[in-house]
Amino acid sequence: MSRSLRFAPLALLLLIVVALVWRLATPANTNVPSKLEGKPVPNFALPAALPSKPTLSSADLATGQPRVINIFASWCVPCVTEVKVLQELKVRGVAIEGIAVRDQSQDIAGFLARNGDPYERIGSDPQSRVQISLGSSGVPESFIVDGKGIIRYQHIGPIEQSDVPMILGKLEQAR
Amino acid sequence: MIAEAGLAALWLAAGLAAFQFLLMFLALRSDVEVTRAMRAIAIVQGALTLLAFAMLLLVFARSDMSVELVFANSHSAKPFIYKVAGAWGNHEGSMLMWVTILAVAGAFVASFSHRTGERTLIAGLGSQAVLALGFYAFLLIASNPFARLFPAPPDGQGLNPLLQDPGLAFHPPTLYLGYVGLSVAFSLAVGALLTGEVDSRLARAMRPWVLGAWILLTLGITAGSYWAYYELGWGGYWFWDPVENASLMPWLAATALLHSINVLAARGALKAWTMMLAVIAFSMSMVGTFLVRSGILTSVHAFAIDPERGTFLLALLAIYVGAAFILFAVRGATLKEGAPFELVSRESGLVVNNLILSVILGIVFLGTLYPLFVEAISGEKLSVGAPYFNAVAGPLALVLAVLVGIGPLLSWRRERRPVLKLLRIPALIAATALAITIILAPDIGILPRLGFVVAAFLAAAGILPLVRRNPFRAPLATWGMVVAHFGIAVALAGMAANAAFTSERLAIAKTGERLNVGPWLVQLHDVTPTAGKNWTAIEAELHASRGSGVFILKPQTRYFSDPPTETNEAAIETFWNGQLYTVVGKSDPSGGWQLRLWWKPFVTLIWAGGALIALGGALAMLGRLWRLRRRGPSNAEWRKKSYA
Repeated sequence: MSRSLRFAPLALLLLIVVALVWRLATPANTNVPSKLEGKPVPNFALPAALPSKPTLSSADLATGQPRVINIFASWCVPCVTEVKVLQELKVRGVAIEGIAVRDQSQDIAGFLARNGDPYERIGSDPQSRVQISLGSSGVPESFIVDGKGIIRYQHIGPIEQSDVPMILGKLEQAR
Repeated sequence: MIAEAGLAALWLAAGLAAFQFLLMFLALRSDVEVTRAMRAIAIVQGALTLLAFAMLLLVFARSDMSVELVFANSHSAKPFIYKVAGAWGNHEGSMLMWVTILAVAGAFVASFSHRTGERTLIAGLGSQAVLALGFYAFLLIASNPFARLFPAPPDGQGLNPLLQDPGLAFHPPTLYLGYVGLSVAFSLAVGALLTGEVDSRLARAMRPWVLGAWILLTLGITAGSYWAYYELGWGGYWFWDPVENASLMPWLAATALLHSINVLAARGALKAWTMMLAVIAFSMSMVGTFLVRSGILTSVHAFAIDPERGTFLLALLAIYVGAAFILFAVRGATLKEGAPFELVSRESGLVVNNLILSVILGIVFLGTLYPLFVEAISGEKLSVGAPYFNAVAGPLALVLAVLVGIGPLLSWRRERRPVLKLLRIPALIAATALAITIILAPDIGILPRLGFVVAAFLAAAGILPLVRRNPFRAPLATWGMVVAHFGIAVALAGMAANAAFTSERLAIAKTGERLNVGPWLVQLHDVTPTAGKNWTAIEAELHASRGSGVFILKPQTRYFSDPPTETNEAAIETFWNGQLYTVVGKSDPSGGWQLRLWWKPFVTLIWAGGALIALGGALAMLGRLWRLRRRGPSNAEWRKKSYA
């Protein structure tokens, strides 16, 4: 066995130890900024979650008007309170699209009948594929997309009443 | 007094370990006769650590809240079994368990090992002593398990409820025995590199340790996977979490070592490679312990970050692994390779096995540490998850599984028999499996489909080594190999079925509502409050039926008071063809309940396969021990000579 090959494991070990020492010296900052802010929405085309509503695709998002994309599910409890806040946003003229994750149309219909329906379109994402491509790891999450289809803001967790002015401000900036 | 006695035993053991290490230098430098002294010291050292560990169990069993560790991890209202298991369900206790196993393994080597040369044994015992010494220092300086609290608090803070599970009593000790069992292979390899006696005798001395450690790692990983499956409530059996990877990496290295050690034992070949693997296997155990204990990587096994302990463990890791690698680099050149072999032979089959396992190990290692490297260099944050591991390691594992079917049919040195002809039947079975999956399930993904095909091939090819001879006269070790390889096929089929056919249903349901999942109709019958010894819960009663008969499942959400935590207790009903997995979650303001339902066809095969793999290892172990007993007299002769 050649000499350099025999010393390779040692070199590798040193490299790893240096990286680990660095990590021990600089504790991780767990606050992860969204990767997708400033980037266009990834291409997708989802079937309609309800027969009464149109389908949702990435092309529907670049129409000149900023809008909110809300990732939700009928089985998600925080979504129940969030959807009421979304209603208020809708009343103030905000366009809201929904992506229903791992859900079924009769459940979604029941959810909307009970809690109100702020959505213009709802796409059904049964395997969470679009959710993952958007960099979202849970429900609910929301994105603000500007008129060119560029993601301006990612909101993790439910939009609460106290977030409304902030959301309206972000929408204004995206105009 | 009990805690102080434990602490005193630890200090004494540390002193003996240091002495044992010094004796090794003395023996290797000059020809002073120290074997008997070293054996005796190693045995006493093992007994002292065992005593310290027993003292820790005792203070936990008696809920002695004046001991800080008991206060922080136990509560007087806990069931007795979790009081005892709490002793190793925390940092200090688990490190004491680790060093106890290390020292006891050293004592066993000292008592029973008589296959290696004497100088290699001395060097190996010295290496084991210096390993133990570092971890004693770690315990005594940075994480004393016996520290007292004054005044003693009235009651403890309780144990993390996720860990209050019978699995905890069993899972960490099993994995630790496996991790630390590999330390003997490490020490013997270091010893042999020091003395230059890398030969088939060394391989035979190492083999039972590697095999034993590997069996326990297999069991520990299988049990851990099932624990995560039912306790975390998300229905997955493997999450590629850094801590899971920390247990998988030593297993992969040990699997490779287990195979290459056979080449060294039978043919005297692959010397340098086998020594390297022996070093790597235990190094991976230490890397795993470091990753888990330093809390350096984000994980569901959220342990607190502690820079002091992390630095200490990292220093130990760097010193031990670094020293072994330097030794390897310096001495590796002097190793002469043994008997040559041809391109198609049992040896080359095992070399390919080793290469693929090592590449998978590299992939897992890279994936686990990659986020760290990227952030160190570019400051960018990212995480590596299942998509990477499945896409990269999955196909390689499939290729390996095909070769597992072929390798054992090859003969040593040079292949003369028509192996391809032998493989016609397995190939036919694999083709049939392909046709069946295409007809019955045209829409499944490529990896699950290949999984079924390879599993069918391996199941058929794996039993061929028994088919060509009288199976009752085959050595037990051959049976062990066949059972373990068949276990791989079984686990693979389970993974493929789980990936291809799982149906999932998430919904909010009111009482009386019916939901479909797979072939099942599940009705939420009722939701009631209930309570246990140290928790309260809401319990759903689900009535599940498919065709005839109703099965009642009762999933719970439990609320623990000390510390305040909420856990999901999934209710799982097992059938011959799969599991119905149900979880109840939060309530919705309108009076509904969050339900998560899965129908997982043949998912149990995954763990059944894991158990078969471990059983195969156990059979091989039994076979080896059996042969050792039959050769008993000659061994006794040797021992008499060496003690004389």
